[in-house]
Amino acid sequence: MWKLLRQTGCVGIVTEPPPGSDEALRIADSLQLQIKSIIGRALCIRQIDAGSCNGCELEIHALNNPVYNIEGLGIKFVASPRHADLLLVTGPVSRSMEVALRRTYEATPDPKLVVAIGDCGCTGGIFGENYASTGRVANVIPVNVAVPGCPPSPSRILAGILTAISSPRAITSVSDN
Amino acid sequence: MDQLTYWIEQAKPMPGAPGVCQLEVSVETWQQLARDIAADGGRLLALWVDCEPAMTVRVAFLTKSIVLVLALAVAESSAGYPGLADSFPAAARMQRAAADLCGVRADDFDTRPWLRHAAWPTRYFPLAPERQAFEKTEAVSDEYRFVRVTGDGVHEIPVGPVHAGIIEPGHFRFSIVGEKILKLEERLGYVHKGIEQRFTQMQLLVGHRLAARISGDSAVAYSWAYCQALEGMAQVVIPPRAAWLRALALECERIANHLGDLGALGNDAGLSFGLAQFSRLKELWLRAGEAAFAQRYLLDFIVPGGTGMDPSVNGLSGLVTCAGMVGATASEIRTIYDEHAGVRDRFTGAGIVTPELAARLGLTGLAGRASGQSFDLRVDLPCEPYTSLSVTKVWRSNGDVAARVEVRFDELSESLRLVEQIVQQLPDGHHLVDVAAPAAGTMGTGIIEGWRGAVFIALTAAKDGLIGRCHPHDPSWQNWPVLEHAVIGNIVPDFPLINKSFNLSYSGHDL
Repeated sequence: MWKLLRQTGCVGIVTEPPPGSDEALRIADSLQLQIKSIIGRALCIRQIDAGSCNGCELEIHALNNPVYNIEGLGIKFVASPRHADLLLVTGPVSRSMEVALRRTYEATPDPKLVVAIGDCGCTGGIFGENYASTGRVANVIPVNVAVPGCPPSPSRILAGILTAISSPRAITSVSDN
Repeated sequence: MDQLTYWIEQAKPMPGAPGVCQLEVSVETWQQLARDIAADGGRLLALWVDCEPAMTVRVAFLTKSIVLVLALAVAESSAGYPGLADSFPAAARMQRAAADLCGVRADDFDTRPWLRHAAWPTRYFPLAPERQAFEKTEAVSDEYRFVRVTGDGVHEIPVGPVHAGIIEPGHFRFSIVGEKILKLEERLGYVHKGIEQRFTQMQLLVGHRLAARISGDSAVAYSWAYCQALEGMAQVVIPPRAAWLRALALECERIANHLGDLGALGNDAGLSFGLAQFSRLKELWLRAGEAAFAQRYLLDFIVPGGTGMDPSVNGLSGLVTCAGMVGATASEIRTIYDEHAGVRDRFTGAGIVTPELAARLGLTGLAGRASGQSFDLRVDLPCEPYTSLSVTKVWRSNGDVAARVEVRFDELSESLRLVEQIVQQLPDGHHLVDVAAPAAGTMGTGIIEGWRGAVFIALTAAKDGLIGRCHPHDPSWQNWPVLEHAVIGNIVPDFPLINKSFNLSYSGHDL
């Protein structure tokens, strides 16, 4: 136990400030306040891999690490779409996942938001559309924000999530910088 | 001279990966050789079907001396061929997948579809040259016959395809009594996105980009295997610096994945401290990697002829500094894992695969090395620069979650050591040479020991610089069926931990 506490103490708090007041993304400095004003409570995300290569999932995982510390912003990943306010979807949507994705979308209570992650989620990417792939996420369910990148960095994914809750119902593309 | 040695001497060398030879065989030899290779302790590496120029089933074995590829011509698409599941149980799903994609069936008893769900009709074979288009609206039934377990108190838990976490999709059907697992049956194929057909629409010189995206966590292994096959076919020898940089990238990929898994395994055992510590280390490692390679995940680093960029001296020294820090911290946390009663209790004895079972079922890669299958291509069939790196092979024989954790810890320190060694001994010179597309009909292979196990690519050139066929094979094909055995008799709540300790790929398997 002593070693565990020492290790925790030695590392300390490593959380970095979240991607800040980017005018283009209309994110104010006080994220906590802004999320509360729109959602009125913590934001719950359900992630769905609808056919990705798993690259985007690795970067989505990183949001939970102490450096990005997404839970510190009042945002958390949940296990059921019924608990979610926002769906974070990676693609391309395989035809075998099309029904599962639709059902997950329908199981999510309104009002809901959808953020498509990665080049494949935005456009179908290198896989495109074929007998087994329906391409981009927007071909299957409505999308509010699309974050390109292969894979996009954790801070771009976070910027995409924050953009979605700051300007709901509009399709926005978070530019890759 | 015994029969096996005789046939191995008849085989013709193939371009690409070292020590790969091909032999065209008759139906009788096909079956007999498979039995002989199994009896001799050989391993099944991959099985696939090529539809052009003639319908041919191919299987690659790792024998004691070489990689032997057997090619069996199949007269017409309706005719079957003798299945190999008796000698190599892992062949069963590969044969079912080949039947879905090419229309050629093995005569083994399980004829259920594997990759085809309801996405395309039964008469459509995605890799057949004369495939007919179909309407997307055409209704296709998706009735899959799971194996039923009956008896007093037995019930089923269906899980997936959408899982309760940030994980790839797949379906697990548990038959349980109380909380004890009697049987697990996997159903995969949900992320099948037509990768093999997509390859045939691409130029040979850009196929490495798709190869890197077969399984994003193994991008370096796949893109290297693809380029190894292509460069062999084009008779190009890459500069020494390029080979060493590729090995550096491969070890960086192994380190990142092991750091991620070690944290997740601690978390699944109830120690969230482990996840916090290791996910921080992984983030620092990815950032050091980004400073060196200009990418966090190396999806576009390896290109035909070498590497896409040459890391700066500062970037490389940053990587070495970070490796030292990661190694020191990881060994601190390892002591904490070792001394933590709760973690020990969850890790030890969970999800056991004995060395005998592992050998019989063909368990491979990292999970295989935790069950006494001490095979590592970097040592046993090394390509440049592993021939001069003297990698220390890591293995255990307990075969439980604890063993798979220990293998990861040991491989992590070995890879961190390799990073320092590679940076110190990195040869000067160019990192890239020109590659011209090889002639139509040329065939080659690539085999690279990725973090999960041996990644295999079989590549054939078509005319006009196009890819004729590219078959990628992930070690998960061999290991998924073994997971079904590993969980028998364990409790359902231990499944996530056992599953994570294997951490198999869905996308690399489903293609």
